[in-house]
Order: sequence, then C-alpha cells, then structure tokens
Amino acid sequence: MASSLETISLSHLPLMPVHVALYRNIQNAAFLKGQLLAGDTEFEYAFIDASMVLSRAHATAAVFRAVNDYMHNRLKSRNVHSEIVFSLNPTNNIAESFRRFGITDSTKDLLVVKVSVSPEITHESVAAHLESSVQGTPVLFDDQTLSEISDINKIKKAYKLGALPSPTAKENDEAKQRLENSLLSAIALRGS
Amino acid sequence: MEEFKPPPLPSPFNNTTPPPALLTQGAEAHLYKTISLNPSIPAALKVRPSKPYRHPILDRRLTRQRITSEARCLAKLIREGVSVPAVLALDWEGHGGTEGGWGGAWLMMEWIDGPVVRVVLEQWEAWMKQNQGSLDSSQIENEEARVRGLLRKMGSAIGVLHKAGVVHGDLTTSNLMLRPSAGASDAVDGTGSPSMEGDVVLIDFGLASQSNQDEDRAVDLYVLERAIGSTHPRSEPMFGELIMGYRDSYKGAVSALKRLEDVRMRGRKRSMLG
Repeated sequence: MASSLETISLSHLPLMPVHVALYRNIQNAAFLKGQLLAGDTEFEYAFIDASMVLSRAHATAAVFRAVNDYMHNRLKSRNVHSEIVFSLNPTNNIAESFRRFGITDSTKDLLVVKVSVSPEITHESVAAHLESSVQGTPVLFDDQTLSEISDINKIKKAYKLGALPSPTAKENDEAKQRLENSLLSAIALRGS
Repeated sequence: MEEFKPPPLPSPFNNTTPPPALLTQGAEAHLYKTISLNPSIPAALKVRPSKPYRHPILDRRLTRQRITSEARCLAKLIREGVSVPAVLALDWEGHGGTEGGWGGAWLMMEWIDGPVVRVVLEQWEAWMKQNQGSLDSSQIENEEARVRGLLRKMGSAIGVLHKAGVVHGDLTTSNLMLRPSAGASDAVDGTGSPSMEGDVVLIDFGLASQSNQDEDRAVDLYVLERAIGSTHPRSEPMFGELIMGYRDSYKGAVSALKRLEDVRMRGRKRSMLG
C-alpha cells in the first residue's frame, strides 16, 4: 500500500513541516501506546484518537498552537508532540488530555502527527517508520473521512459544548461550522 | 518626507508568505489581512504591540488582559451562535522575556467579507443626494424601505449580542459589517444604490465586556445612535427602525430600551454627583 503520509507546510510556520497520517482499523494500538509510555524516542509522535477530531481545521489548530508554543520555549509538556495532544484539550490538565485525546488500547482510528523539529525528520523517514510500525489502513486526512470517524457527542462532552446543536451529514452545515469555531476558540484560549 | 514603516510583525508572522498586509491602525492595535492555517482562506490578524512608555511588567499585564478579554467575549459569542468573527489563534504571552523581548499580543480571527455598514450608508446617502431630483416619491419610499430593513437587521444583531450577555462598548457603523449571503452576486452595479442584503456581523470587541445590565446595554445603543446622528444624517430619522429590530430580538430588550430614555436625557456618563 502506498504511503498516505501527508506533509503540510502550515501557514506562518514554513520552517516546521508537519507530517500527518490517518489510519482506520488500527490493530496494534496497545503496542503503540506502550512505546509512547516507554519514552522510546523512535516513537515520539502525537498519537491522537481520531474519533476526537472533528475536522482538519480542528487538528491543525492544535498543531499550530503546540508548534508556536514550542518555538517560543513555553511547552507545558515533555515535547512538541505530547504538546499537540495537550493542545487539543480545553483545560490545563495534561494527564486528562492524554486520556481524552491520546491513543488508548481501544483506539480504532488513529491520527499521527510528527513535526520536523530537526533536519533528520523528513517525509521519507517518517513514512518508512510508520509503514513498519503502524498496523492499520491508511486513509486520506480530509474532512470527508474525518466526518465518518469523529464521535460528535464525545467531542462536545470534552469541550463542555453539550448545548450546541449537533452537525448533520449535509455539507456546509451551519451547526458543524459553529461547533468547529467553538473548538478552535477553546484551543486558542486554553490557559488564558 | 519620511516614509511610513509599519512596525515589525511578531513571530511567527515574520515568516508568513505573503507577508500580512497592514489595513488599519488604531491607538491600541494594528489590523492586518493574512492567511489562516488553510492558506486558501484569508484571516484577520489583530496585533497589540507593547507600549514602550509603560513599565514592562504593567504593559504585559494590560496587553494580556485586553487581548484575552476580547478573545473570551468572541469565544462566548461564537458558542452562542452570534454573528461575530471566529477566533482562530491567540498569543498573549509575547516572547523573549521582559528585557528586550516582544511584550505584545496577537489575535487571529476569521476574515469577514463585505463592507462595513458605515460605507454602505455613506454610499447610499451620496447616491440619494445625487439622484433625488430624478426619483419619484415611490422610488424614494422604496429606497428608504431598504435602509429601514438594514437598520432593523442591525438592531436585531445587537439584541442577539446583548441576549448572549455581552455588551460591545464601542458600537459604531464601522464596527458593524454587512456580509453578503453565500452565493449572492453583487445585486447592484457600480452606479446603483448599494446592496443591503446579507447578514450583519459585529466586529472589534476590544472594548467589550460581559454584562447583563440594562445600563450597559442602553449605553451601547445610545453610542450607536449618536454615531449614526453625526455620520449618517439622512439615515438618522430611521433609527426608530433599529430600535424596533432590537425590541423584537430578545426578552430583556424592553427594559434596556426604557433605560435608553434615561441615558438620552443625561448622556453616556453617569452623574457622579449626589
């Protein structure tokens, strides 16, 4: 299977390319989580439970916040990759952010993010390593695919947005835009 | 003549391609047009530079308080579904320490397309002045009905804002925008009377605060009434339409409007005497 790793040059952060891959039906979630907990630097990734991600804009907002904080030396967690998971959380509790947004043993759909913080981290190196270590079906990282994966009720609960109307399947949905905008502002404002 | 140099942009926007374009500058902030995280979607960037004449610690605290209060008001309104720009990213901490660092703050927001209401009303008043000789009374009636429709929408937008528990603090026709509905083409050509179709979007919450008090709400309306009176004389007689739109938009509107009567009698500032 051809690699589905996408390399994004985030606006305003051209010096820090971001590599993103989305997988469905992950077979070895427990192993990946174990490597992460063991602090294996080979496995320094942001492993995100994709059911907690609403859209591309939602994920990239968290990446932007983490990378911007990294560039200005104010990470609250261990490295920029753990910070991406933490950035998704609306509150300042790091452990909670991993429970809610990070990989768990039961994670079925996984979003993997790796930031090129050093020149050795390239599209090729990340693609090769993921290919050999993640057992799952690579899929496109786009809003269409994410809409099939995201668990709206869990996301609303994590952001305490239960009162908001739930998005429906139709395109250009106002409720989805409102929910997305609410998530983005929560990410931007965390800790203010 | 000395060439105007815009202030240097804070990191990371000094790396942005194309560089953010300075649009306007106020006493407290600079407004730029830039791109959002999705480079095909534009964004507005509000930068509050540090004030070198203030003590650095006080300066950072004030800058931080103001930018976070603005972003918090916007976030609350977004959750409530009020028409305001979305908050895309925020940085209140500056960087590089208090000595020699950058003590400013920035707020990246959704880009709102469309003119500000001030421009719409100015264009309309100019157009009316130019064409009044050739318009019959039913055409004038029709034109004024369009403006009344716009004023009603403005009143209703302000009502929805107040209902959500936020007062704007600086309501003028420059802080209300008219976003054309998606897919609508320019209904009027360059020589015609300006379009008044679309949604009213409230912008610039730099002086906003969270309040449910009739007094604060009434002052919001009074400030706008005075602003319209001084900048749009031909539209002013129709201000009553804005009040009607406001009255119908939420339950507490009636008591806020009652308070507006008092505020009109005495002005914006409450008397400190007695």
